[in-house]
Amino acid sequence: MTRSSPITAPAADDLPPSPRPVEHRPRRKPRRVTEHPVAGALFVLPFFLVVVAFLVVPLGYAFWLSLSSKSLALGTRFTGIGNYVRAFTDPVLLDGLLRVVLFGLVQIPVMLGIALAGALTLDAVTTRFALAFRLIAFMPYAVPAVVGALMWGFLYSRTFGPFADLPTLVGGDPIDFFSSSLLLVSLGNIVTWAWTGYNMIILYSALQGVPREMYEAAVIDGATPVQIALRVKVPAIRQAISLAVIFTVIGTMQFFTEPQIMARFAPQVSAGYTPNLYAYNQAFAYSDFNYSAALSFALGFLVFVVAYAFVFVSRRRGARS
Amino acid sequence: MTSGTAGDTTAKTWLPHVLMGAGILYFLVPLLWVVIAATKSQPDLLDSPALWFADFNLLENIEQLFHEDGGVYGGWLVNTALYSGLSALGATALAAAAGYGLARFTFLGKRFFETALLGMIMVPATALVLPTYLILSELDLVNTMWAVVLPSLLSPFGAYLVRVYVDESVPAELIDAARIDRASELRIFWQIVLPMMRPALVTVFLFTLVATWNNYFLPLVMLSDADLYPLTVGLTTWFNTAQQDAGNRMLFNLVVTGSLLAIVPLVIAFVLLQRFWRSGAAAGALK
Repeated sequence: MTRSSPITAPAADDLPPSPRPVEHRPRRKPRRVTEHPVAGALFVLPFFLVVVAFLVVPLGYAFWLSLSSKSLALGTRFTGIGNYVRAFTDPVLLDGLLRVVLFGLVQIPVMLGIALAGALTLDAVTTRFALAFRLIAFMPYAVPAVVGALMWGFLYSRTFGPFADLPTLVGGDPIDFFSSSLLLVSLGNIVTWAWTGYNMIILYSALQGVPREMYEAAVIDGATPVQIALRVKVPAIRQAISLAVIFTVIGTMQFFTEPQIMARFAPQVSAGYTPNLYAYNQAFAYSDFNYSAALSFALGFLVFVVAYAFVFVSRRRGARS
Repeated sequence: MTSGTAGDTTAKTWLPHVLMGAGILYFLVPLLWVVIAATKSQPDLLDSPALWFADFNLLENIEQLFHEDGGVYGGWLVNTALYSGLSALGATALAAAAGYGLARFTFLGKRFFETALLGMIMVPATALVLPTYLILSELDLVNTMWAVVLPSLLSPFGAYLVRVYVDESVPAELIDAARIDRASELRIFWQIVLPMMRPALVTVFLFTLVATWNNYFLPLVMLSDADLYPLTVGLTTWFNTAQQDAGNRMLFNLVVTGSLLAIVPLVIAFVLLQRFWRSGAAAGALK
């Protein structure tokens, strides 16, 4: 899984526009104190240029490329939405999409459930042991996804790892972690191992920001720690939880590294196992850059819309309650 | 713990401690395995018990690691540090200036840009990689370090984080006072604002550093020359060779030792800098 967006996430409300009243000062004092439009724009300019060069232009170029097709017989010609029609009727892409969605429906709740339980535990238990747990759970985030996938690949394999042959100790059959039926579970475990601690730290930091007064009364009334956790703390960090969900969904939809590495252990990881893998192979295995651009653009757009819709819904819900 | 004596505490918390113990075991086992496996020769790697030591071969593995393929591993290590260091520095500088500009100035199009910034955070990074590759190949920039470093400078999240941080921690009155004293805008930024936003900048720097250090998709797409590879791409090419040779060459032990050396610097940095991660998480103000 690839994830570029780090720990924290946008705050609950839209960025409040900082109100800066225009000041009317005498002419002889030309330096206005609060408005410096040129200086402000210059501070933002370098960042803006990078955004244009590596976000706006690539997206625009991908969209432009996706509107044509190239073939030996006809050369490059404009085909309009042809590539998108092809994509959404392409059984390989739809298979991959379905696979990633199913994967996410199971893996995301499991991972974030564990992360939330861990964060609530850390918030309530402050022993040295808990400190060690926090540190060790976060460590896999420092491990490159490639190395994590390789390590688990070795651990899953019969030649290198200790787990596959465990059932033979009691007379059972060895486990094939790379078989079609277990492969998604094996991949899910790699992702869970890598990202649970990271999400736990986000949620833990949010919990640390919950004012104690919010549950002091409940403590005095004799509420158990579990009751306080579920009825007071979890609702208080709902915003942080939904942001963790969004960023995990964005990461899952881009699923690439782990399946690509796992393909070396498990040959049934096909060229279209995930949509992102498919887009990559269309470009580099089949040299169909137009179709690949359409896949990239469609995937990016889909993720963007899903994420934005989620933000919108969770905000409206937050506003209502 | 909310209340009670020490005895009360131990009685109530045995269950969380057992669960945390299970968690520690789960998160630690793969890391323990790679530490143990890196001390083994290739035959021991295949034959000895996976989670216990055999003959200690770590130093030989490391020596072989840095000599294989003409010492290309050392180059990968340097490349990785160079790409991630440059990207992190550049992205942090851009985010610092942009975050300050957005938080403390008004100019035409600012509100639109701020709204767009939230949208940019949601754009999946990998969707940009293939189109960026196609553009950079038109410009003859693929297969150079810039093809990895320049796209990694894009950190909408970093700019957002700095903006929020400046809003909360850099008083506008202080900047106004400096302006009345006729300090130039650049000097105000450099001497007053920059030191005040250090915690946010460290966080942005660390995030970009880790993201680039661990990145695989971008360098995989952009680079075709083995001398330019970072560790992630380099190790996978070795692993492919090891798989195809089915153990004829001594490569599995090098993949394992190389993996260990790839994660040691970051794990150390993490343990040492942990407070910055948490302060960064708090700075995002999820309230």
